[in-house]
Amino acid sequence: MTKGKIEVIEKESVVVKFAGDCGDGMQLSGTLFSDTSAMSGNDLSTFPDYPAEIRAPHNTVAGVSGYQVHIGSEIHTIGDKCDVLVAMNPASLRANLQWVNMGGTIIVDADTFVERAITKAGYESNPLEDGSLSSYNLIKAPISSAAKQVALEQGLELKEADRTKNMYALGMVAFMFDRDLQILSNQIAAKFKKKPKISETNIAVLKAGYIYAESIEAIESRYHIPTATLEKGKYRNISGNIATAWGLLAAAERSGRPLFLGSYPITPATDILIELAKHKSLNARVMQCEDEIAGICSSIGASYAGSLAVTSTSGPGLSLKSEAIGLAVMTELPLVIVDVQRGGPSTGLPTKSEQADLLQVLYGRNGSCPCIVLAATSPNDCFETAYMAAKLSMEHMTPTILMTDGYIGQGSELFRIPKVADMPSITPPIAEKNDLNYKPYRRDDKTLARKWALPGTQGLEHRVGGLEKSDILGAVSTDPNNHEKMVYFRNEKVQRVADYIPEQNVIGEESGDLLVVSWGGTKGQTYIAVKEIQKQGKKVSLAHFKYIMPLPKNTAEIFAKFKKILVCELSDGQFANYLRMVHPQFTYRKYNKIKGTPFTTIELTNAINQYLKEE
Amino acid sequence: MSYDIIERSEVPLTKEDFASDQMVKWCPGCGSHAILASLENVFPKIGYKRENFCVISGIGCASRFPYYVNTFGFHGIHGRATPIATGVRVSNRHLSVWVTAGDGDLMAIGGNHFIHTIRRNVDLNILLFNNQIYGLTKGQYSPTTPFGQITKTSPYGTIEKPFAVGKLVLAAQGSFFARALDNNPKLMVDVMFEAAKHDGTSVIEILQNCVIFNDGAHKEIADRTTAADKQLILKHGEPMIFGKDRNKGIRLGAKGLEVVTIGENNITEKDLLVHDMTQEDSGIHNMLVDMKLPHYPMAFGVIRSVPTPTYDELLEEQIKAAQKSSPIKCVDDLLNSGDTWEI
Repeated sequence: MTKGKIEVIEKESVVVKFAGDCGDGMQLSGTLFSDTSAMSGNDLSTFPDYPAEIRAPHNTVAGVSGYQVHIGSEIHTIGDKCDVLVAMNPASLRANLQWVNMGGTIIVDADTFVERAITKAGYESNPLEDGSLSSYNLIKAPISSAAKQVALEQGLELKEADRTKNMYALGMVAFMFDRDLQILSNQIAAKFKKKPKISETNIAVLKAGYIYAESIEAIESRYHIPTATLEKGKYRNISGNIATAWGLLAAAERSGRPLFLGSYPITPATDILIELAKHKSLNARVMQCEDEIAGICSSIGASYAGSLAVTSTSGPGLSLKSEAIGLAVMTELPLVIVDVQRGGPSTGLPTKSEQADLLQVLYGRNGSCPCIVLAATSPNDCFETAYMAAKLSMEHMTPTILMTDGYIGQGSELFRIPKVADMPSITPPIAEKNDLNYKPYRRDDKTLARKWALPGTQGLEHRVGGLEKSDILGAVSTDPNNHEKMVYFRNEKVQRVADYIPEQNVIGEESGDLLVVSWGGTKGQTYIAVKEIQKQGKKVSLAHFKYIMPLPKNTAEIFAKFKKILVCELSDGQFANYLRMVHPQFTYRKYNKIKGTPFTTIELTNAINQYLKEE
Repeated sequence: MSYDIIERSEVPLTKEDFASDQMVKWCPGCGSHAILASLENVFPKIGYKRENFCVISGIGCASRFPYYVNTFGFHGIHGRATPIATGVRVSNRHLSVWVTAGDGDLMAIGGNHFIHTIRRNVDLNILLFNNQIYGLTKGQYSPTTPFGQITKTSPYGTIEKPFAVGKLVLAAQGSFFARALDNNPKLMVDVMFEAAKHDGTSVIEILQNCVIFNDGAHKEIADRTTAADKQLILKHGEPMIFGKDRNKGIRLGAKGLEVVTIGENNITEKDLLVHDMTQEDSGIHNMLVDMKLPHYPMAFGVIRSVPTPTYDELLEEQIKAAQKSSPIKCVDDLLNSGDTWEI
């Protein structure tokens, strides 16, 4: 179907953003485009960009909803800037122009660039005509009117016909990227399977958009994106929050312990609660509680009674849970606390992402109160990390905090579907009935974990609680030596987890001039930046941490082989400060960003190069 | 029905079976001693196996309770006994879950959890030790301290209206409310037994004396020598009669409840209200919990016990229905559901 004179550009990856007014259907266009790309063999990463307001005023910058997708052969981030922007009204153009690469393609719905909408978006003159877009490949398409005409011809009512314009835009983008119309049509048919009329019309409008793009002179180039070099297997698209929920369900099934979630809605963690609430058929017991504290306390009760207990939240909610985390540490019960970080302090930036909860997670409690801490590194990694958090918590009988963030929680990428039977086994130390040796605080020699004695089990009646208990017997005790011993045990138990987690790996050479250190949700960005620097022939490697407390045993060994260490994080340097405390023998340089947005590759490569140059 | 699903002991248990090896450390004369004895008496009567009882508390004098009962016990944090207990019961319906907590714990720091637990109707038994004072922190006023009372933190008298526990329970759509006194062990055992049989959140307000920081707070009501005239002990299906001569009663008048004397103004037993604890409409129950001295006697016994589906039971039903109807039977099914493709 390609026109002979259209140039085909080979590109390793491209970033496409669909943007429009809330209600223009941009999330659907974006999802259909990304799913079709995945089915065509591309690797990808996506990120929905909703306004904070639920129903922001029509045609305003505050009301712009976007969906960004990065496709290619090997994708680790949603991409810094767009190669193609679809802007369905003046406001969405204004909100997103800064994120379009110079020379990139901008497809606008020209029908919407009327005076009132242009003014409402904050423009003083029509950007389509005042020359301000001359550095871009601007395609002015009559998207609304053309879509409406096709839809009316198909017999749709006027109101419904107006809503098909997202398919016209999608059709145009499908042409540019040579997407298979059949796959797209099947996706649309599945989406609207209960409304055949809407389904047929949307497919007709999609095709009309495709044909329009093919026929106009404006589209000078099509992109050819090589397919992914991924491991063979069955794949799906998954967001971080869903992956977290599923990882926990997998751990529940594998351990034989029913899942209990006590939670309270909070952005950007709510999707975990919503997802788990769906899965009653998997025996997920989900309570939406009256507050964050009830969320964690009901989970502690559930853990005491033998469930894999989880509470999910974001930074402010974690603050409210602090006292109860102490209770779980003291009673030495398993508990997974999920912190989907957002910008802080206080209410902060609820819809933006940050890594500034680390010190709260590590130390934000009274007393000496250690937890195992893991930080997921990407949307699909949330599955494995949630699974491991549950495994470690149950096997070592101590709370585990799983850190993710708004960016990886809401972003999505391809996920190679595992088999639950292939996941590592989970064997919690459950006490047998009538075990004459059972004592509440008798410990395993190796892990120092106490046994999990479930109410209802004959012969194991015992009492636990927040008061300090005597070693082994578990009676209330204020004995000074006993307290010091118990503090030691609780700390040492967490430290010994280092014997049960993988060693830290290094991406690149094992020694060199500079080691870039990062942790948690920034892996995609630091990986890309370090790869780029390595291509320039520089001796730079990356150590990206997922196990935070305890750190992997070989951490110091790795650090010692590099001349310089640069810690990159989306906070004011909390991980760097933590490393200074644990491994004070090294000098850490910090590269921090606290803007609520992810690192861009250029920011990181600049920082790395600058530090390499410094004496 | 919880009472039927929890496994019973094959051999009869005794009070001694429920006494733990821990030394009881309440002040001599504290009402908690009698409450503990009543609980140890009622557990064998209820008849479940010892390991199927679970006693959960928050912080305060009342919250030392779990250490003294030889069952499964959990001493939580201030105000949070009810959500902890909720988690236990929702995880395992085969446990009889008891919460012991004071008025500070349940009405102040745990007030929000208290009303929401009741609203959900999780099958728990809550013993609220109401001594109208903070005891463990040594004598500050609580949310149930009477208006104007002088305490360590209200040297000029409190200027806050106290909560009426029963009214709060009814406003939160409570399905069970009973009132008892720490100096009447028989009444305590009776209402605890009724609470155990009731499916849902059962709240028992126990008027308790704190000998050290609020001695005699309930004296006017509790004094045994005058109790017959000051206490109306309610029995389901029986007319509301009280008084040392058993000649006083409660009638529903045009403006609410009235105290009348049998034999005066042609009043007979037939004119009196007959207690119906199962009445869904909480109007009469509200009036009963609101009766105060000196115009009325105070109501005791089971004031309300209305069969209401419990949260844990409804959850179990939803799980069973989903397991039957959903195509997703295991996590592998879930992982492979929706759009997937081979690469």
